[in-house]
Amino acid sequence: MELSTVWFLLIALLFVGYFVLEGFDFGVGMLLPVLGRDERERRVMINTIGPVWDGNEVWLITAGGAMFAAFPEWYASVFSGFYLPLLLILLALILRGVAFEYRGKRNDPVWRRRWDRCIVFGSFVPAVLWGVAFANIVRGVPLDADHDYIGGFFTLLNPYALLGGLTTLALFLTHGAVFIALKTVGDIRQRANRLAERLGIAAVLAAALFLGLTLARRATTPALILAVLAALCLVGGLIANRLPSRDDPQGRREGWAFAGTAAAIALAVASLFADLYPFVLPSTVDPVTNSLTVANASSTPYTLKIMTWVAVIFTPLVLLYQGWTYWVFRKRIGTQHIPEELVTPQPATR
Amino acid sequence: MDAIELARWQFGITTVYHFLFVPLTIGLVWLVAAFQTAWVRTGDEKWLKLTKFFGKLFLINFAMGLVTGIVQEFQFGMNWSEYSRFVGDVFGAPLAMEALVAFFLESTFLGLWIFGWEKLPKKIHLACIWIVAVGTVLSAYFILAANSWMQNPVGYRIDQATGRAELTDIVAVLTNKVALITVPHTIAGCFLVAGGLVAAVAVWHLVRRAGTDTAAFRSAAKIGAWTTLVAMGAMLLTGDIQGKIMTEVQPMKMAAAEALYESEQPAPFSVFTVGTLDGSRPVWSVEIPGLLSFLGTGSFDGRVEGINDLQHEYEQKYGPGEYKPNIPLTYWTFRLMIGLGAAAALLALWILWATRRGRTPTSRWLVRSLPLLPLLPLVANSTGWIFTEMGRQPWVVFGEMKTAAANSPNVSVGYLVTSLAVFTLLYGVLAVIEVRLLLKYARAGLPDVSPPVEKEAESDEDRPLAFAY
Repeated sequence: MELSTVWFLLIALLFVGYFVLEGFDFGVGMLLPVLGRDERERRVMINTIGPVWDGNEVWLITAGGAMFAAFPEWYASVFSGFYLPLLLILLALILRGVAFEYRGKRNDPVWRRRWDRCIVFGSFVPAVLWGVAFANIVRGVPLDADHDYIGGFFTLLNPYALLGGLTTLALFLTHGAVFIALKTVGDIRQRANRLAERLGIAAVLAAALFLGLTLARRATTPALILAVLAALCLVGGLIANRLPSRDDPQGRREGWAFAGTAAAIALAVASLFADLYPFVLPSTVDPVTNSLTVANASSTPYTLKIMTWVAVIFTPLVLLYQGWTYWVFRKRIGTQHIPEELVTPQPATR
Repeated sequence: MDAIELARWQFGITTVYHFLFVPLTIGLVWLVAAFQTAWVRTGDEKWLKLTKFFGKLFLINFAMGLVTGIVQEFQFGMNWSEYSRFVGDVFGAPLAMEALVAFFLESTFLGLWIFGWEKLPKKIHLACIWIVAVGTVLSAYFILAANSWMQNPVGYRIDQATGRAELTDIVAVLTNKVALITVPHTIAGCFLVAGGLVAAVAVWHLVRRAGTDTAAFRSAAKIGAWTTLVAMGAMLLTGDIQGKIMTEVQPMKMAAAEALYESEQPAPFSVFTVGTLDGSRPVWSVEIPGLLSFLGTGSFDGRVEGINDLQHEYEQKYGPGEYKPNIPLTYWTFRLMIGLGAAAALLALWILWATRRGRTPTSRWLVRSLPLLPLLPLVANSTGWIFTEMGRQPWVVFGEMKTAAANSPNVSVGYLVTSLAVFTLLYGVLAVIEVRLLLKYARAGLPDVSPPVEKEAESDEDRPLAFAY
């Protein structure tokens, strides 16, 4: 296999990792005001992703860096072309990251409410805009002969891309609800499970419509297979979400449900990449000469070889120690685990 | 303003902003790791208190460094797409390595350290903070290797067909002599800031909150002051070597640092100048004869090229054009960098003198100048970077690509104004919030680390988390 194809697959893998891992982070963030009835419950929700959200976000940074190293043309065209959506995403990620770290630094309800809004905004915006961005990449955008994007902001907001945004939104919400059910005990777990059922139906409908439209435009066999598998996993996960747990009659089979939504997101992203190949950014102006492909956007074989060695050595290591982190923090948490002094209301102090 | 100027302002503002938090992060994590090691080895609770106290300040600062860093990763593609296309084959490699090797390490193990206080065995928990510390230096190394390639491109060739830079030797890029000297200089700068912060906070508590946790703060004051002093020594040593390498690979930057218009042998170094800097002679200046020659060449009567000669030489080599950076800016940032760093070291020396043999500082002036102790080196770090980056203009890749040709042709002035306004405003607000939080937690005393009293009803399963967001 050509090294440029290997790197196309690796970048696909990095985005799969990013969406599977940050998918539930975004879900938890967006559901904060919905599932978190009081301060204690909101704390429980935030702490389900507390130790891991930062490491999850690095998947995006690495995917960006890998695009720069392996396909500089792709990196340059996408990031200068999708300027305003990317600016919004960056804004959201800044606010969300600071909010996680700062919201508990003052015991003041007003202070916390403001940061909560930042978390919701910072989770909602990327959850929608990543779907919009990837739909546009698969669909193609107006690129001139220099591979520069020549459309406007509203070119990116076409109905197909908006449906893509809706799909990622619904998927991440479901994924997040299932994750909360998997990581908590008590009342909040029950409510998360019930919410996941309803959100799941929306996710199935949106994903089926979006992937169906994608494949109707241009279908490759691997993309088709991956899309069908994604749908099966999603439905399977939602069915598992209704089955009672073997050892806890109050709970459901959350482990299987989470595996289902995670696999569905992974396969759906993989399907998009499979549908895109061998293009990396098709041009709608002159698809033959102006499109960016794996061949004309890649770095030199020497650079790809060096980067392949680095990736082969370090990717398994990263998977290993990130997996260990999830193992260390595997226990469910509930409202009784939140230290008392953090939630006892105190008069606002400067 | 045109698109190039806006994109330059944006990169300048966001990078300087990012580098306000980076030095403290890099320096402080090592000191926190050292405090925790002292606790694990001696069992003395004062070290545990210091670990938790400065660990909290570290985390407040880390959050800002992290989120401002995300912007940098994408700004190359957003605002500088022509540059990204030209250098991607070479420049992308260290950037991707940084993420894969260092960012994952830092972020994952920091999560383990923050939340792992009672979940991990003591020594493994200690190992986590050391891994974070190593990760911060690794990431500094990769990003500085990438930057050094722009200052002194090596290990590449230009593809005649595509007109792009292609990597030919990754080892040459990673062992670029500019990178090898910039890394220790930058890391020493980080310790200068962190040492200053630790010393300033500790002395403040010693004087203003006398009687509480005196032993702990006394140790912290000494460790902080010594860190600052040793770091300043390392700054001078590495800065001197860096100056000689700079004279060799970027002579224009060295000439601009001194505003030396005509080549001289030997060349003096002016400490302070009042006068016109447009090429006419200074009105009044304090000069040290031969020092610039020594800084640039290692000999007191070495020849240092002047700006006018270099301008002429570059015109012959690269065609007509302006090859001078902004001279007043390079002249003064160079002096501020050195002067402010030295002032911080003097304050640290004063602290060591005032705390000798169990004494508590009594000078009101010393206490009043404490806020300056971390701020002076912080500003010195910024001016040092502004000198490095502005001194290389008009090039973005020295000798290969001019800044004026590097921006994104399809990004309009309207977009740039929007993003510049958004980042500047948001960063400004966040900076105010962060400084307030830092002050709040720096003023609070050391935390109580005695083990919590077990409540009867609580089973082990239901014990509250040792740390919760």
